[in-house]
Parts: sequence; C-alpha cells; structure tokens
Amino acid sequence: MRVGLFVPCYVDAFHPQVGIATLELLERFGIEVEYPFDQTCCGQPMTNSGCHQESAETEALFVRNFEKFDYIVGPSGSCVHHVRHNLDAVEQTDAVRKVRANTFELVEFLHDVLKVEVFPWAEFPHRVAYHNNCNALRGIGHSSMSELRVAPFSKPLDLLRKVRGIEVVKLARPDECCGFGGTFSVFAEGISSKMGHDKVRDEVRSGAEYVISSDSSCMMHQQGCAERAGLPMKYIHIAQVLNGASS
Amino acid sequence: MKGLESDIPIALGAGVETRPEESAASGDDSPVKNGRRLQHAEGASHPLRSTSVREPQPRGARIRGNHRVDQTEAAARFIAAPQHEKMHDDRLWDLRTKRDGQMHAIPEWEELRTLASAIKEHTLTHLDHYLDEFEQNARANGVHVHWAMDGDEHNQIVHGILHDHGAKTLIKSKSMLTEECGFRSYMARVGVEIIETDLGERIQQLDNEDPSHVVVPAVHKLRGDVAQVFATHLGIDPADDNVHHLAEAQRQATRPLILDADAGMTGCNFAIAETGGITVCTNEGNADLSANVPKLHIASVGIEKVIPRLEHLAVFIRLLSRSALGSPITQYTSHVRGPRNGGEMHLVLVDNGRSARLALDKFWTSLKCIRCGACMNTCPVYRRSGGLSYGATYSGPIGLIIDPTFNRHKYSALPFSSSLNGSCSNVCPVKINIHEQISAWRQVMAENHELTFVKKAAMKAAGVLLAHPALYRAAIATADSALNGLPRFAVYNRLNAWGKHREVPHAPRESFHSWYKRNRSAS
Repeated sequence: MRVGLFVPCYVDAFHPQVGIATLELLERFGIEVEYPFDQTCCGQPMTNSGCHQESAETEALFVRNFEKFDYIVGPSGSCVHHVRHNLDAVEQTDAVRKVRANTFELVEFLHDVLKVEVFPWAEFPHRVAYHNNCNALRGIGHSSMSELRVAPFSKPLDLLRKVRGIEVVKLARPDECCGFGGTFSVFAEGISSKMGHDKVRDEVRSGAEYVISSDSSCMMHQQGCAERAGLPMKYIHIAQVLNGASS
Repeated sequence: MKGLESDIPIALGAGVETRPEESAASGDDSPVKNGRRLQHAEGASHPLRSTSVREPQPRGARIRGNHRVDQTEAAARFIAAPQHEKMHDDRLWDLRTKRDGQMHAIPEWEELRTLASAIKEHTLTHLDHYLDEFEQNARANGVHVHWAMDGDEHNQIVHGILHDHGAKTLIKSKSMLTEECGFRSYMARVGVEIIETDLGERIQQLDNEDPSHVVVPAVHKLRGDVAQVFATHLGIDPADDNVHHLAEAQRQATRPLILDADAGMTGCNFAIAETGGITVCTNEGNADLSANVPKLHIASVGIEKVIPRLEHLAVFIRLLSRSALGSPITQYTSHVRGPRNGGEMHLVLVDNGRSARLALDKFWTSLKCIRCGACMNTCPVYRRSGGLSYGATYSGPIGLIIDPTFNRHKYSALPFSSSLNGSCSNVCPVKINIHEQISAWRQVMAENHELTFVKKAAMKAAGVLLAHPALYRAAIATADSALNGLPRFAVYNRLNAWGKHREVPHAPRESFHSWYKRNRSAS
C-alpha cells in the first residue's frame, strides 16, 4: 500500500506537530508513507471564495503530486472534502478522478480502511470535548448529524474511545459551526469571531480541559478566541492524541 | 374567541414573546394552564438576564439605491447590541431544538422530506400544466383569477380590484410575496390604508421596518422595543412591557379596524391544482379574519405555490410547522375554496422572477421553498446577525440564494455571509441543497466581476502563490518570522481582520516541511 501524506498548508505553516503525528501514527501501522515535497494546498481557499479559475493551477499541482499513490491521507476533513467534492476547476482526467477517489481524511482512513481496533500506545487521562468540523461532519460524514433523523454514530469518537483514560463530555450545541469557514474568518471577521467566542464558552461550560478535533483550522480560530477572552481551553488534534500525546 | 385567551403568548411569539422568562420570573403573567407552564414552541424559551438599562434596537442594513448591501456591517452593529443578539440567538436556537424534538417523534421524517422534495420537483417541472389546472378549477369555484408578471403588475391589479369596489381600507395577513412586491408602500402612495393583522407584522408595519424573519417577523425586537413602538403609535405606557398588556393594546387598537375594513387580503401557503383551493397557515387565525370578515377577499399567490393534489397537502402540512416552530401544526390551517355567500374572491398569480429562476440550472430548486424559516433558525450567521442585516426581502440561508435573482449586483456580497457549514440544507423540509447553492452563487459573482477588489486581488495572489511551491515556501517562512518577530502593534492593527477579536496563531519554530527535510531527508 503506497500512501501519500497530504499536509494542508495551514498545518504545514502553523501546526507542524499535527503533520508529524499523522506521519508517525500511520507508520506505527507498518505503512510506507511518502511526503511529496512540492505540495502546497488543495485549492480550497480560492474555490471557497468563488474563484474557481484561480484555484485551477493549484488543483493541477495537487493532482501531479499525488497521482502515483494508492491512498492520499491528510489530517483535515475540510481539505479532504474539497478534494473529494469540489476539486473541479481542472479537467476531470483519469488522474484527477483517481486522486479524488483515493483521498481520505485521517479518521476515515483509520476507521474505514485500516479498521484499527486498538491504539496500545495511546493514553489521554483528561476530560475532553470533541469539535466536529462542519466539512468533516456534513461534508464527508464523520458522524451522524443532529439535523437528520438517522441512527447516531461517530467515527472520531469510536477511535477516541480506544484511548485509555479519556473522558468525553458533551457540548450544548455539538454541531454548531465555530465560525472559521475559511476566508469567511477574515471577510466576515465580526460574525466569525462572535461564533468562535460563543463556541469557546460552550466548551468551557462543558467542563472539558481539552478540545479535540480533526481540523486544525477550526482550532486555530477557537484558540485565538479563547486566548483573547483569557479562557484556559487547550486544543489538540486527534492525530496527536491517537499517536500517544499525553497533553 | 374564549379559546384565544390561552393563545395570547403563542400569538405574541411572532414578535413580542421574546423573553417570556422575564414574565415567568415576575410570576404573574407566565403562560400557565392547570398549574403547568405551556411548552408550546412559541410560548417558551430559555431564561435571559433582565436588565434595567434599555439597549436601543439595532437597525438593519444601510440601503443606498442599487449599491451593494454590506451585510457584515449591519451584523457587526447587531452583535454590538448584546441583549438583542443573545435573545435572538437563544430564541431561534430554541426553535431549532424544538424542531429536532418534533423530527424525532416522526419515524418517517426523512421519507417525508424526500417525498415533499419529489412532489415539488415534479410540480415545478410541470408548472404550466398544474397552473392551468389550478386556474380552471378556481374559476369553476367562482373565483376571479389574475396573472401578474411582476410586483408592479400585482400591485396595479390589486389596486384596480379595490378601486372597482371603492375600497379604501384593506386588512391583510402576512405574505412574503407582498413584501417582494413593495405592496405597502405602493398602497400608501395611492391612498389605500393597509392594516397588517399578524401581530409581528403589525409591529413591523408600525415601526416602518421590513420583517426580519419569514415566520416570526419581529423576532429581532425585545419586548421593550415593542413597548416603545406601541407607545408611539397606540399611546400605551412605554414602561409597560408586559407581553399580555402589549397584545391587548394591539387587539383593542386593531379589532375595530378589522371589523370595519372594506377588503381583506391573504397570502397562500399552498394552492391545490385539483381543487382550485388555497391553504393558509397561521398561528393567530388572522388569515381567517382577512379572508372572511370583509366581503371582498384577494389572495396573492406565487406561482411556485401550486401542488397537484389535496393528498399532497398532507405531506407539507406535516412538515411545515414542525420545521418552522417545532410545533406539530399551526394553530390554524385555513382552506379557502371560493367566495363566501354574497362575497367576491380574487386570486392574483404572481411570477415576479420565478419563471426566470426556474430556468437557472443550478438554482431552480430554490423554488421548492415553503418559507418555513428552518434554515434561518439553524443558521449560526443569521442568529447572530438579525434578519434586517441582509437588507433584502429574504434573509438567512434561503435569502442568500434567492435575493441575487432579484438584483445580482445589489445582493452580490450576500452569498459570502455564510460559513458554508451546511446545517441549512439538513433542516430544509424540501431538501434544497442550500449551502451548495450559496457556494455556486459565489462562483457566479466571481465570474461576473462582482467581488470587491480586495477579495479578488487576494484570491488571485493566493492562486499564484499556491500553484508555485518555491513562492509558497518563501511566503510561509516570511509569515512565520513576521509573527514571531514583529511587535504586537504591528500585528494587531486595523488591517489585520483576523486579529480584531482573536489572537493570531503562534508561529512554530519550523514548518512541517522543514522538519521533514531535517529529519527524513534520506527518504
């Protein structure tokens, strides 16, 4: 199995430890992971702003970087959602279709492809709240959505329950968007920040010490709000927890 | 009318009953029956702190002719009024929660949504056929049927009917279509007095504001705001914001106008082709007053409201109020099939851009909308912005995808007032892919040069940067060193939208890329 490691641009720049944890975690399962050096971004920021034309070259570069792999795995539901559902500014060649079909978000890959049963090295003796990124939740179906009448399930919580010592608490509004929204976070900064501050307050009220998510982008936004408000919430990516981080 | 007593707080939910908790706290006027507090969707919400300092009501978007509406500017003013913002967010989230409760009580909920969507799509793709059938059957019922291309024509037709009857006063129930048509201001110009009979809509009319929500038009107002409006227009004590007193003041002022009105007008929730009848859903019974008290009844009907058969109505009635307010059904579901004895009934079927919308490949399914407002209640952006921030007839998610069809330039920024979280599409009872259409509208705006210069330039630069690995590497290095090296005032200034209400991320010692190069370069 040849796996290409997709490290989203903001993970590369701001959260390298999430990329490292993803790499190490996959290697723990004996997978040969390759990191294509020329990768930049998936094109989502431009498409998200309506500028499909402007994302075409970036998308083409993404496909060139990853077409040789059986699986492409990245620690972000939002970016994987873009690749799978919205990477359409480029001509849909066989290579493009293959890349789109083979790109997986880390939680999905562990849960659905590797079907991991245990993480013997993982212990996280903390009370945590889980933040569902909207694209991971409603875009690629990480969990059942509160708006729909379906049987409840959660892939990320399935995985976290295999971590020793962890206690998961519920948020009052578990599916509510935190307001990051990509370029929305700067083009509508007032609304975005208000949503972020409300989300952080919900997290603090839940009694959690940590918030875990599969998307660093939402957490970067929430952490910025928590720090501005002087609230002591800590944020950590699910890849780090599953890879055995203790705090 | 006795039964109405217990419905007062329910009726108030349209606008005034925004803080029933205050009345609960004062202990004398909470909606209580047989010792139990009523849990009707419109009659209850979570406690809010009351405060003695009155916060002025934030007003809506600034409208300057055909200029682009800046929703975020108006939203910022709404957020800067924390009593209003918090009440609004809690109140509408409460409706969303009650909607979820109703959904869980119906095992076949998702099938109902699928069915409702299919009925609407079938009807919309055979619209000419069903409209013809509806018209024929309505005429056979003794109803006069008119067709209007646009809002102006609608207003002229209605004016003509009123003129023929010498009617000078018109009572009407709430209708978003008449809002589209600018009906009230037209009638003011030609000297016809309009009396809105929906409580929330009447509050908005007296305050000279548009409805801020399709179902609860005054939901952005605190009870104190309503007391101010009624003090000015009905002469009550502005300090008395007891919701029952407010409702009674409105009732006393409006009932005589209703009884004396020359003509009545309603909207229409569903027009049934096989019967030629229309159905209007309200919680206040005010559509019945408008339809039945005067001898002349005029109903404005958007052409997308038609459904084929009476049995299809059941599907929509089961979904409508559950989605809208989290109540199983509206208090009144009124079926009107023809004129009352000795009376006259007119239907005005209005296009006003609907045919053109039907031809839009990516957007035609927005015509499935049954105006329940569920997408607004669930929308985290709408709840924190207030409906008037959109500066358009329709606000919230459904507004983002409908308003641009009325004026693409004026509403070109609206599709960007969304985090694209997708909750709206999930609650939609007719399964409109709202968030995908919001995204598609962004593309239309970008392709038609409707993005602001800053936005377009930023995206162009990002596109170039992200397509070239070497440029991208250099940019990341610069950004990280800037975040680490610059003094605080250089990072947090008005050019940094991120840093206005948030701290910027901590720059790591090195990027993942550098780490990988350093530690894994052999591979």
